[in-house]
Amino acid sequence: MSDKSTIEETKRSKKVLVLFAHPAQTESEVNVPLFHEAKLNRHVTAVDLYAEYPDFNIDIEREQQRLIDHDVIVFLFPLYWYSTPSILKEWQDLVLEYGFAYGHEGTALKDKIFLCALSAGGKEEAYQTDGFNHYTIRQLLQPLEQMAQITQMTYVAPFALFGSRTAQEEARVYEHRGKWTTLLNKLTTNSLDIEKAQHIENLADLCTPQGE
Amino acid sequence: MTGYFLYAFIYLVAAVIAVPIAKRLGLGSVLGYLIAGLVIGPIFGLVGDETVAIQHFAEFGVVMMLFLVGLELEPRSLWAMKSKLVGLGGLQLGLTTALITVAAMWLNQPFGISLTIGLIFALSSTAIVLQTLQEKGLQKTEGGKSAFSVLLFQDIAVIPMLAFIPLLAIPELINAGTEHGGNASSHDSFNLVEGLAPWASGLVIIGSVAFLTIGAHYLSRPLFKYVAASGLREIFTATALMLIIGIAALMGLVGLSPALGAFLAGVVLANSEFRHELEANIEPFKGLLLGLFFITVGAGINFSVLSENPMLIAGLTIAVMLSKAIVLFVVALIFKIKGTNKWLFTLSLAQAGEFGFVLLSFASQNYVLPNDIISILSLVVAISMFLTPGLFILFDKAIIPRYKSAKSTRSDDEIDEKGTVVIAGIGRFGQIINRLLVANDVKTVVLDIRSEQIDLIRRIGTKAFFGDASKPDILHTAGAHESALLVIAIDDRETAAEMVKYAKHAYPNVKVLARAFDRGHGYRLRQLGADYVVSETYHSALEMGAEALRSLNIHPFHVERQKMAYKNIESQQNDVLYHAWADDASGERIDNNYLKLFIELESLIEKALKADLHDKHSRMRGWTPPPKGYAEKLAPDEKPDETEGH
Repeated sequence: MSDKSTIEETKRSKKVLVLFAHPAQTESEVNVPLFHEAKLNRHVTAVDLYAEYPDFNIDIEREQQRLIDHDVIVFLFPLYWYSTPSILKEWQDLVLEYGFAYGHEGTALKDKIFLCALSAGGKEEAYQTDGFNHYTIRQLLQPLEQMAQITQMTYVAPFALFGSRTAQEEARVYEHRGKWTTLLNKLTTNSLDIEKAQHIENLADLCTPQGE
Repeated sequence: MTGYFLYAFIYLVAAVIAVPIAKRLGLGSVLGYLIAGLVIGPIFGLVGDETVAIQHFAEFGVVMMLFLVGLELEPRSLWAMKSKLVGLGGLQLGLTTALITVAAMWLNQPFGISLTIGLIFALSSTAIVLQTLQEKGLQKTEGGKSAFSVLLFQDIAVIPMLAFIPLLAIPELINAGTEHGGNASSHDSFNLVEGLAPWASGLVIIGSVAFLTIGAHYLSRPLFKYVAASGLREIFTATALMLIIGIAALMGLVGLSPALGAFLAGVVLANSEFRHELEANIEPFKGLLLGLFFITVGAGINFSVLSENPMLIAGLTIAVMLSKAIVLFVVALIFKIKGTNKWLFTLSLAQAGEFGFVLLSFASQNYVLPNDIISILSLVVAISMFLTPGLFILFDKAIIPRYKSAKSTRSDDEIDEKGTVVIAGIGRFGQIINRLLVANDVKTVVLDIRSEQIDLIRRIGTKAFFGDASKPDILHTAGAHESALLVIAIDDRETAAEMVKYAKHAYPNVKVLARAFDRGHGYRLRQLGADYVVSETYHSALEMGAEALRSLNIHPFHVERQKMAYKNIESQQNDVLYHAWADDASGERIDNNYLKLFIELESLIEKALKADLHDKHSRMRGWTPPPKGYAEKLAPDEKPDETEGH
């Protein structure tokens, strides 16, 4: 009985890889808690890239194996100049090789799910076409969306927290952390509504802890 | 001569058998010595009259102990704990003395005798308590720290007591003593101040104390430096002994307590860079002499007195311990020491101590206490010390479980000490490590065997000590057992290897980072258990090679990539090479056939590097552009797949 349900579970469950990039973790109020939360889930592999490669000497072989071993790839980072911290760009440049991630024989990432989980200092109103930053967060992350496209991954909306510099003072971190836990559970149990998740603006809106 | 050997042998055999057994039973070494004394003295009668003579000799261990207590007391840290020291210690000492004095007077003793008894029983056993606290890991708890403050205050208070007690001398006893031809005259035959006018003797005393403190401060350093430069370990030991014996002799000449002088000299030398080396040199002598002292105390216990007054002695012991515990409990309440700490403080200090014995024999020499009282009081002191392990067991079994449920809420405040780092060797290599650590607020203890080096480092404001870090006791006094890390940065291969071996054996929980001389040495350190090994020239050579390439106008980032490739190959091959080394060397290691081994290793790594250079894929890996013409192939293939996907 229990054997059967375990098999059933492993069949449905997905393995999630969280690639965490934060170059100033002593200052972190949002991302480090999320990273620790991710480490608690046994179906999630959480990697602190700046800790593993403090000199940016990224082990290509090892990182590619990690990608092969997981079904969902998550970049977890604070937004730096409308993009990822530099180590994630370095990681892309080194790990997503021709013949591995793209190109004729490069199909290692095919049908995996890719998403960004990020915190942005600016307010949500600022990330609008008529707002202070002129572009929505989805628009700004288009290079990553296209990265997912060309590597044949399924791109879902970013899981974003805006106004992150004051989130702690305004007691929003706890709620966001709850949503993150829900997201990880949905991803590992394969119960995220992918169709909805692809088209929504902020994935956090799909992850209220109570349910759908 | 043979007789002396025989007695020495009996003492040593008793100690060697009894102390380890006592330790294993959780009774502590002091009780082991006391039991050893009991066995060879009153029980089997193997030793006899000479114990008194030996005891006088062994009391010198107390002088050494006070010197070491002084050494531990940097004036600054003494100042930092002043309120606890004076408050807790002063209150405990004052209240206990008063209580016991009153009790003794109630038992019809005259005031002088009562006060002496009060002072004697106000003291607790530093040796037993500190050792037990350390064994049980309680010395960093609030209760443990408070107990230490009290013990320290008592140790210091012994000195004025030694000066004060002779003033309470009983005239009849002095007369009796001198009529017997008394040992007092033999004691004072070398007294310089005898026969001088009071003002002159006062001047001589002040002058010699001033000479002692100033001399210890200014003369000891050139002396130690001169001796250290000779590099002869036993001469350093001889110098340390010379210092203490000299102080004791000087103090004796002017009629002051040798213990006081040793303590003063210790405090003066506490800031010296030679402190740890001194401690390590004196410690074994102190340990042995104190051990001998405890044995003679055990041997001197008078069983006939015990069997004559069993009820009296049992009653006195219980009364003394109970009154000490009550005073301690009240002091703990006043100073708001809470929970298990309050009980630890109360129970741990409720015995009389080894200084009690010292004061008793001192009181006897100075005709303050009559001998029949002394023999009874000695038994009370000894029995209360025997009972101390029982008090700790009571604490473990009865007190801790009661507080267990509440413990989770207050466990945080006990981890208040940041792990320190011991750095052995502060040459070119160790300095950089130390600077980096200190800049990050890490507490370091730096040891080096070259006193010029220590001088230099001290001038820049780094705390450094002279000492041979390869000596186990030096490592211990530097706090290696409590540290988080041990960095071995000494440039002697054999010593470094021995240190790694010893450190991993003695302190398995302390991480050891070791500097290797070269590859073979590095593998050896790794084999001996070093947690991290780096060759002293590896990184600087790589950096210099990179600069050479850059000087040849090769693009700096390309150079950086080459450097990374080198590092990657090195770290990949390192394990393989290490195991090859370990297998190959097993038969030949004794011959130290390293040269041959190195040639083999070099060819191995060269092969590994070359293979990688020829393997185009892995060498060019990283930021590799896709092949020419890939874009044409990419577009048509991708499109349909992508749109069908979801």
